[in-house]
Amino acid sequence: MSQPLALPRIRLPRSVRAGEAFEVRCLMEHPMETGLRQEAGQIVPRNLLNRLIVRVDGAPVLDAALRNGTAANPYHVFFLRLERSAEVEFIWSDEGGRSARAAQRVTVT
Amino acid sequence: MAALPVSARAEEAPEITAAIRDLVGHARATVDGIALRLPTTAENGGQVPVTVVVDSPQTAALHVTAIHILATRNPTPGVASFRLTPAIARAEVQTRIRLAEHQRVIALAVMSDGSLRRAEGEVRVAVGGCLT
Repeated sequence: MSQPLALPRIRLPRSVRAGEAFEVRCLMEHPMETGLRQEAGQIVPRNLLNRLIVRVDGAPVLDAALRNGTAANPYHVFFLRLERSAEVEFIWSDEGGRSARAAQRVTVT
Repeated sequence: MAALPVSARAEEAPEITAAIRDLVGHARATVDGIALRLPTTAENGGQVPVTVVVDSPQTAALHVTAIHILATRNPTPGVASFRLTPAIARAEVQTRIRLAEHQRVIALAVMSDGSLRRAEGEVRVAVGGCLT
């Protein structure tokens, strides 16, 4: 579990209009090991990427609990809106205690 | 197996009923104002795209507070739960899920007024995605 998580990939516009919906896409590489899979006769220990939190200037706007049925390399698309310029921050964490963070400034014009 | 009409469907399996109760309690769901988009057939059960869209103004007064996705014939039914706020401009979440075999997928949406909406869809799975 000492290996760090991969670099997250996030995609959202750098500038938006106030109050207008914009698309946000994010992907985190992770095997999402369920503990059900075998490799060479050995059970691969369970380790799920079990949480994604999205914050806007520190305030949580989306909080996802990811379970067994979420595919490997969790990929999510959703829509945000902002009234003023803010930092959009993504934090993923897994059951092995690892976490990763990505953030982007979005300017409201 | 063809998709059964809602009225003809057998009672929910006990573990699915229990999983739903754990997520949303005993609230009765309506089937309006929610859509679950799934492929009819998934070639690869390991990566099945799913979109849940809820008809909601996403205002402080009325918005979606949670979207839950369950798979009825996976080793465990839990797929994911999303807690939303009015800052989520459209009550819509897209993800990718694993499906072990041909099954029904259930989406639940909890509204800020406490009401519950439910949608479901059936997916054929060519190659199961849970044990690979």
